[in-house]
Formats: sequence, C-alpha cells, structure tokens
Amino acid sequence: MSGPQPLSGPSGQVPVPGEDAPPGITRSRRSLPASLLVGATLVASIVVVALLSFVWTPHDPLLVQGAQRLQGPSGEFWFGTDRFGRDVFSRLMYGARTTLLVGVVAVGIAGLIGTPLGVLMGSSPRVLGEVVMRFNDLLLAFPALLLAVMFGAVYGSSTLTAMVAIGIATIPVFARVARSGTLQVLSSDYVLAARSAGRTKLAIAVRHVLPNISGLVIVQASVSFAIAVLAEAALSFLGFGTQPPTPSWGRMLQEAQELVAVRPAQAVAPGLAIALAVLGFNLLGDGLRDRLDPRLDDRRGTE
Amino acid sequence: MSADALAAAHPQDPSVSVLEVRDLTVATGGHTLLEDVTFSLGPGERVGLIGESGSGKSLTALAVMGLLPEGLTAGGTVQLRGVETDLLRIGERERSGLRGRRLGMVFQEPMTALNPLMRVGHQVAEVLRIHGTVDDREDATRRAQQLLADVELPDPVRIARRYPHQLSGGQRQRVMLAMALANGPDVLICDEPTTALDVTVQAQMLQLIAAGVADRTSGLLFISHDLPVVATVCERLLVLYGGRIVEAGPTHQLLTRPRHPYTEGLLAASDLEAVDDQGRLPTIPGAVPPDGRFPSGCVFRNRCPRGDEACTVWPGWTGREDHGVACWYPSGAPHG
Repeated sequence: MSGPQPLSGPSGQVPVPGEDAPPGITRSRRSLPASLLVGATLVASIVVVALLSFVWTPHDPLLVQGAQRLQGPSGEFWFGTDRFGRDVFSRLMYGARTTLLVGVVAVGIAGLIGTPLGVLMGSSPRVLGEVVMRFNDLLLAFPALLLAVMFGAVYGSSTLTAMVAIGIATIPVFARVARSGTLQVLSSDYVLAARSAGRTKLAIAVRHVLPNISGLVIVQASVSFAIAVLAEAALSFLGFGTQPPTPSWGRMLQEAQELVAVRPAQAVAPGLAIALAVLGFNLLGDGLRDRLDPRLDDRRGTE
Repeated sequence: MSADALAAAHPQDPSVSVLEVRDLTVATGGHTLLEDVTFSLGPGERVGLIGESGSGKSLTALAVMGLLPEGLTAGGTVQLRGVETDLLRIGERERSGLRGRRLGMVFQEPMTALNPLMRVGHQVAEVLRIHGTVDDREDATRRAQQLLADVELPDPVRIARRYPHQLSGGQRQRVMLAMALANGPDVLICDEPTTALDVTVQAQMLQLIAAGVADRTSGLLFISHDLPVVATVCERLLVLYGGRIVEAGPTHQLLTRPRHPYTEGLLAASDLEAVDDQGRLPTIPGAVPPDGRFPSGCVFRNRCPRGDEACTVWPGWTGREDHGVACWYPSGAPHG
C-alpha cells in the first residue's frame, strides 16, 4: 500500500515538465491512478482502525450499561449507544476486524482455488473444460446463504464457518471469470507465438495467461469482497454468522433496523462503514487493474 | 548443442534438406483442407509458398510447427534434419524443445503477436532462456539486446525496455524476427510477415529476413499472396490452390513461363500495366470456395478457362518435385 501520499490532482492530466519526449519513452516512475490512491487510503484506514481496536477503544465494546441505553451522539459516546448501552463507536472499531477477516478469507479461498481451476479448465481440451464448467454452473446456481446455513448446522455457527462457506460458494464465480479470460488469452497471437518459441502449456499459463487475466480477477475480487461483507451481515442476522456479543457491522446494522425510526444514527453508522469498505475495495481493485496494465498507464501519461 | 554438431556433420551440404514435407494432409471432420503437400527445404534455401486467401498457406505452416488448432488432424510426414521421428508424430514435449530452437516462426500480425504485458527485451530473452542457450539472466539480456541490434532497431537497450504498444508495427515485426532467429533455427517460417506493414517498411523487413537466414544458413519458408514480395525474397516458389500444390519451380521461370492456368491468372492479376479495353485489371473469375468445398478432381477446374471433362480427375504431378505442375493442359506443352 502506498501510504498517505498527497493526491497529485487528477493524476497525470497536467503536462509534467520533461514529458515532451516522444511518446513511449519509459519514465522512471509512473503516476498513480487516483482510484488506487483513494481506494488504498480507505482500505488502509479500515485496517488501521481494526488493528487499533486490539489495543484501544473509547469504551469496552461489550460492556452493557443499562443506564446509558440509546443515547444520541455526544462527547462521551461519539456515535451514541445501542439499546444495551454499548458504545456504538467502539463496536464499529471492533467490527472492522470481523469485516476484514470475512472479506479477506472468503475472497482468498475463492480466488486461490477458483482462479487456478478456471485457468486449468481453459487450458484443457474443450470437451473436458465444458463438462467441468457445466458442473460449475450448477454450483453457481446454489445459493451461498443456503450453503452457509448448512455449514452452520453441521459445524456450528461461527464467523469461521460463515466465511469458509461464503468462500466456497464464491469459487465457481472465480473459476468462470478465469476460464473465459483464459480462453480469450489462449486464442491470441502472442500465445501462438509463445508456443512457436517452444513454451510449454504450463509456462504459458503462468507467464502469459495469469498476468493477462489478473485485471479480470482483481476486479472480481473487489466485487466478491463487497458481496462477502454483505453475506456475512445477512448470516449474522440469521444467527449463522458472528455470534453475539461479538460485534460485526452486519449484526449492528440488523440490530439497528428495528430502531431506525427512533434512532436512525444507529443504522447509519454501520451502514456507512460497510459502504465505505465496499467502495474502498472496489476502487483499490480498479486502481490496481489500471496500474498493472502498461497500456492504460501510457494512455493516461501521453494523451 | 546438437544443432551445431549436426551442422558440422553436414557442412552446408545443399543436397541434405533441413526440412522434408511428404504428402502433408490436413483434415477437419469430413473436409480435407490440405492434400498431398510435398516439398523440401535445403539449408540457406529460400522457398516461397504463394496462393490466395483460403488456399491453405498458413495451415501448411501451422502443421509443420505442430500448432494446428484443436479439431484439425494432420497426415503424411514432416522430417526435420537430425530428428529421427516424424514431426507429426512426435510428443508435445519434444516438439516444444524443437520449436523456437530449430524451427522459428514470424506471424502476420505484429500488433497482437507480442504479450502486451511484457517488455519486448524480456520476451526476446525468454526465447533464449527456454532452450537453455544462454548461461544466465544477464547473458540473456545482453544477447537479447544484440539480437535487437541485429534487426537494426535503433537504440536496442532502450527498445528492450519498452512494452509492445510503445513500438510501431515495423518495430514489433523486427522484434518478432529477432525472437524467431534467436536460437539460430534450421528452418524459419514467415507467414505473411510484411502484409500488415507499410510498403516502405516492407522492403527493409524483407532485407532483414534474407540477411537473417543467410547468416544462419537457415531454410526459409516464406508465405505470401504478394507476388512481387515473394519474387524479391525467394529462389524457388510453390503455388498452392485449394489445399494442393498446383505448380512449383524456380522463381524466374515460374514468373516468366507459368504453366498452370492458376499461376497465369495470379500473374495477370498482379500486372498493373495490363488492362483490358475498358481499363479494368484482369482478375481470375470466381472466388476461392469456402473450406473443403473445392470441386473434386482438379481443384481449380470451376474457375479454369481450360477446364473440361478430363479435369474431373486430379491430374497428378508431372515433372520434378521442385519443378513441375499438376494440370491436364499445362501451357508450353503439347495438348492431348
């Protein structure tokens, strides 16, 4: 992550001195896309908050104080208190851990298994690939929530079972995206050229296919991350995800639902947190994709 | 290196061909796309394969390289000097070891034949490293820069660090040539290497190809539909139509005294001075039929001015393998 760098305006739009060289001259350092900076900043702040919650929160996020129920925002309780008198801000900080963990683990499982599977199926003989992918479509049609509920029933409800179930249910999505990307790359002339140069199938998959589908996979990962966070929220509401009293943004949102008429701020805080996390990861995904594609980078730099 | 040992065993003996293609046939399902294509290629020899689109030129190249798309099957034999096994029956692993080392290929479309995400110097270096012809990474980088300099790219050190999209079509095609020649192949196949380039760039590219194969005494199979281009590069020509070789011969003779009516048609169509009384350029009537829909017997008979009942049977080859024709009524020979 790039850290808190100053935003250099709409990146690269203003002609920089020394840019009058003929197009295509390799510059020592290329400008960063704005989406990458904003996304990285958002994600980094969530990570910092989650880490900070291990050592410091304004109040004990689990402490029930009957006398302080449903307070509005104040100097002491920045975002107010919930109906058990627990500090909403502290719970948000603590909930960032759950959200990050669920998103990263679920997308990690799905991406690390689904992507190689898709590349493999794209590289194998057409018939085998088609058969496996039809089976994949079958799994794709199977609802993630149902799988998570089944996992919960078998292994007990917890954050762990929820994120593993969400991850497994997302594998087919990555397999699909990776396979279609692989088929496209394999039909390209540069793969034919690589084969004519004596590259083996495995080497082509690693050196040519993976880098060229990384953009697709990264965007899919950022979308899946958002879906995983929302799925965890839904599962927690149903009682199959994070168990009380551990806070998660999804749980907080659902608990605030019945109070939305009297205390709207209770729902706004976790809702906003989820929205910012999703936005952050989406921007980060977009930015990374642009950053990794030298063609897009050059267009920005020279036009 | 085995290629060196081989070259030493046959010191540029022109009688030992580097590539022998016998009765090469390519089929998909029920259709035959290429039939009984036979030719050989001597060391340092430059052979042109000409014909219009759909005649099977590229298919011949892909079959020799073992890069036919899934669903196409090849028959016949393809022998590379010093390799015991027929290339069509060799394992994929062994074949990968030959491609890029003993067989090199330049493709038609330079805009898409390079990986857009890799610096071109790296792509050239990779070809060297795949086959272990360099000691280490630095050696590969140095050799890659030398190869880029050999194809007359200005400032090869800087070019090596560029991505394909930062180069022009001509520059990319030179990079492709550098890659194909990197390991000093015995056979270089160029599939319409200049078709996508400007005319001014074409001539330079042709010179580089000719110089490249001469330096390495590689056999060149040059595929094109462009007669003037082929005539400047090749010593010997093969005319392909409907998946069959219809005429073969030394360039000069074939272009001055064509015997097959198709070759005559091709020549007439490329002669920009010859126009009919309405000022139109002569054309060959009709068009190449879609894959596998060529007539039985002589494949050209439905477009041929001399076609008759005899042509419903394939005429067979008359003359030597490298100088002959497949026609019932060839020009310059007594009829009947």
